[in-house]
Amino acid sequence: MSEIAEYIIAALLLVGGFFTLVGAIGLARLPDFFTRLHGPTKATTVGVGAIMLASVLHFSVNHDGIGISEILITVFLFMTAPVSANILAKAAMHIGVKSMDDTRGKPWEQ
Amino acid sequence: MFDRLNFPQPWLSLLLFVIWQFLSDGISGASVVLGLFLAWLIPQITQGFWPQRPAFIHPWRMPMYLTRVLMDIIVASVSVARLILSPRAPRPMFVCYPLELEHPLAISILASTISLTPGTVSADVSDDNKTLLIHALDAQSEQEVIDAIKTRYEKPLLEMFK
Amino acid sequence: MITIALHITLAMVMIAALLNVYRLIRGPDAPDRVLALDTLYINAIALIILLGITLGTRLYLESALLIAVMGFVGTVAMAKYLKRGSVIE
Repeated sequence: MSEIAEYIIAALLLVGGFFTLVGAIGLARLPDFFTRLHGPTKATTVGVGAIMLASVLHFSVNHDGIGISEILITVFLFMTAPVSANILAKAAMHIGVKSMDDTRGKPWEQ
Repeated sequence: MFDRLNFPQPWLSLLLFVIWQFLSDGISGASVVLGLFLAWLIPQITQGFWPQRPAFIHPWRMPMYLTRVLMDIIVASVSVARLILSPRAPRPMFVCYPLELEHPLAISILASTISLTPGTVSADVSDDNKTLLIHALDAQSEQEVIDAIKTRYEKPLLEMFK
Repeated sequence: MITIALHITLAMVMIAALLNVYRLIRGPDAPDRVLALDTLYINAIALIILLGITLGTRLYLESALLIAVMGFVGTVAMAKYLKRGSVIE
């Protein structure tokens, strides 16, 4: 395997791990439900996407063929992350989860 | 029976067929037959879920839009990561966004885009499909969020959908 | 090179999963727990992919795909249950 590919794969892995970790830190640390929603939808999705990309590169450099499954999983995650965030936000608004004190604007009631 | 042997949504059928070829281990006679069957069956079953046909007028602009969204997702996650790791508290805000798009598919694409891009998550659509409720993680003012979304994402979508 | 990066990444994803479990136990509301579960299954996918790279096999990708599909359906079902009180109406 070439040196450059190895460096790129290692960098992608580290970036992916970092974003996954940051998403989880956001989930654990941010003050209310609606702000917590931001961490997983963006950081974790990007993190897993980077790890998938590293996997695609690794297998296409080492063995034959490129992994379509990884790309399918990534596309699927990118398509479903906003949907689950949206439906969770709706559920939270329906239950009446408290938002942070200095949140400006109000969720509406339907 | 035989009048149902058509493909009500040719693009969806094509997509399903191609994905099935990728999922199965290499292209073989069996995977082509099963892929064709699924590409026929799934649109037939899910036909009731599509109230209106998606009406693209400029579908070739989609790749450009997707590239822009992908770039923004990367920028967005860096900015969200910085905000999560910095000690200062975020300034969250609920924004009511007035929609210009009318087609349900276009609205859901816009909502997904908003959820994946800088500091905003779309929370709800009003019953008359006119307003989108957005939660912004760190916003200066309501107008700023609305303007950013309007110019970056809604304009290209308006050009794509009729 | 890749082995070291793999180990560091594995450690980071493990810590992330632990933080998700913390939020899952802590709550305080039901949507928080569902969100924690949602993030947990995405982390599980990352772990499976990393395991696949470590062992040099692609067999595990199928299970990652299954977890992605089932996890999404599970999240939507739980959110729907929280909102309406029933999953299928």
